Amino acid sequence: MSTEKYLSRNVRKLSRSLLWQFFDLANATPNVISLSVGEPDFRTPWHISEEGIYAIEKGRTYYAPSRGLMQLREGIVRYYERRFGVRGYGTDNVLVTVGGSEAIDLICRLVLEEGDECIILDPGYIAYEPSVLLTGATPVYLRLRADNHFKVSPEQLEEVITDRTRMIILNYPSNPTGGVMTREDYEKIVPILKKHDIVTVCDEIYLELTYGSKPCSIASFREIRDQLVIINGFSKAYSMTGWRLGYMLADSKIIDAAVSIHQYSAMGPATPAQFAGIEAISPKSDRDIEEHAEAFLNRRNWLVAKLNRIGLPTAMPEGAFYVFANISGTGLSSYDFCVRLLQEEKVCVIPGTAFGPAGEGFVRISYCYSLEELQTAVDRIEAFLKKL
Amino acid sequence: MDEMRLLKILENDPRITVTDLADILQEKEEDVLQCKASLEREGIICGYHTVINWDKTNTDHCSAIIQVSAKPERDAGYDRVAERIARFPEVTNLYLMSGTAEFMVFIEGRTMREVSDFVAQKLAPIEGVTSTVTCFLLKQYKVEGILFENEKTEDERMLVEP
Repeated sequence: MSTEKYLSRNVRKLSRSLLWQFFDLANATPNVISLSVGEPDFRTPWHISEEGIYAIEKGRTYYAPSRGLMQLREGIVRYYERRFGVRGYGTDNVLVTVGGSEAIDLICRLVLEEGDECIILDPGYIAYEPSVLLTGATPVYLRLRADNHFKVSPEQLEEVITDRTRMIILNYPSNPTGGVMTREDYEKIVPILKKHDIVTVCDEIYLELTYGSKPCSIASFREIRDQLVIINGFSKAYSMTGWRLGYMLADSKIIDAAVSIHQYSAMGPATPAQFAGIEAISPKSDRDIEEHAEAFLNRRNWLVAKLNRIGLPTAMPEGAFYVFANISGTGLSSYDFCVRLLQEEKVCVIPGTAFGPAGEGFVRISYCYSLEELQTAVDRIEAFLKKL
Repeated sequence: MDEMRLLKILENDPRITVTDLADILQEKEEDVLQCKASLEREGIICGYHTVINWDKTNTDHCSAIIQVSAKPERDAGYDRVAERIARFPEVTNLYLMSGTAEFMVFIEGRTMREVSDFVAQKLAPIEGVTSTVTCFLLKQYKVEGILFENEKTEDERMLVEP
């Protein structure tokens, strides 16, 4: 007899992401070249790791305050001011979380309930939809278009807003599309968000990886500060994925409410990781961020040129470390393309549909790899395309 | 053309093809070639070197770092002494230093005897050189930013991540 009956209705609504199916498939295939990771191939800069090690050596393994170490929260406030020109936040506006993921879960639980609608981007990062579903609220897709560089347009936004819309989850620069919202793009949608008084969550985990234009945080729009929740973390900019260190920036009342859940659940990332975070968020580490971003920019340019040359039309993404290649010309569905590429040439890329129905016709390719590894993969993709 | 970016890429990978450079820099191949040539002409790009761990080969190899004290000359300062030292092919690197000795000289030879003979017979007698301290390299751990000890370099990340 199935034990499913013990699970809550909301949990039973969750389906297993296509992405994890590919995880199983790739692991079952020998000698796979994967272009499917979501983390940098660089190591955490040594001076940052060393601070974590030093914290352990000094016995700083006690509980940290639920909101996070004060010095880390101060560092986060100064970081947003220094790097993105965002002013007006204080330490009361910061909650240090276990990666950005905890912050996503927290904000959904804080704001949403059954009967609410939450707008999520399609295609979009795979954690948002389940986080919304777990609250009993309904996710509503905002279908992004390749010809609009996967940005949110004011017309599209107005179209999906109803009187039940309570929250929207943005993610720019975007996983999986690499799309970016510039200041001008935000200027068009901020008045709409304000008019409808929608809680606006923006996951800015890839903000440091913005190419070609100055990174713009939606937090620089002070007029929506009360309804705004910024999610960010250390994983992508500092190559600190395994440290599980993220944070939420929001109005102090929202932070207080978030603490009321967080202090009884996650309680916070490991204290030594927070000490490493203090080093990471300081101006000393700005150079590391810039060096990593430049390496990604080089790889992006290289990969997009190569993919276009071998016949896979790929637009130049403006951020993150993914390209969203258009495979519709092959006549295959995204899923079939990826399964066949994996089986026939042992290259693993992720079907766009793993990120929502609007991902049909695309595949996500990560460039968190050396040029040598990317070259081998591109050669195999080319061989695959020639067989079709 | 962003010359600084070109230089940084070449410093990390001197073997990179012009096509790859052009793709990365979003420039035409002929422009990249021209820029590279002009950087070579100007002496900004001085060479393309391969870093070799000779300890792993069966050849005899001996390196030493010599601290060389020297007297400056009127009008030329240390430049003329430096020029005399630099002429020897055994000298691979030469720096004017702050600190106790004026020069730091890197010497490459086949054996310790060969290197010490060179110091005694060629380097120390140079006019203007007042004393030398020879330090032989016993083991190389990191050269030109490259770790020689074999670290585990396997990609330990998961094959698929969200």
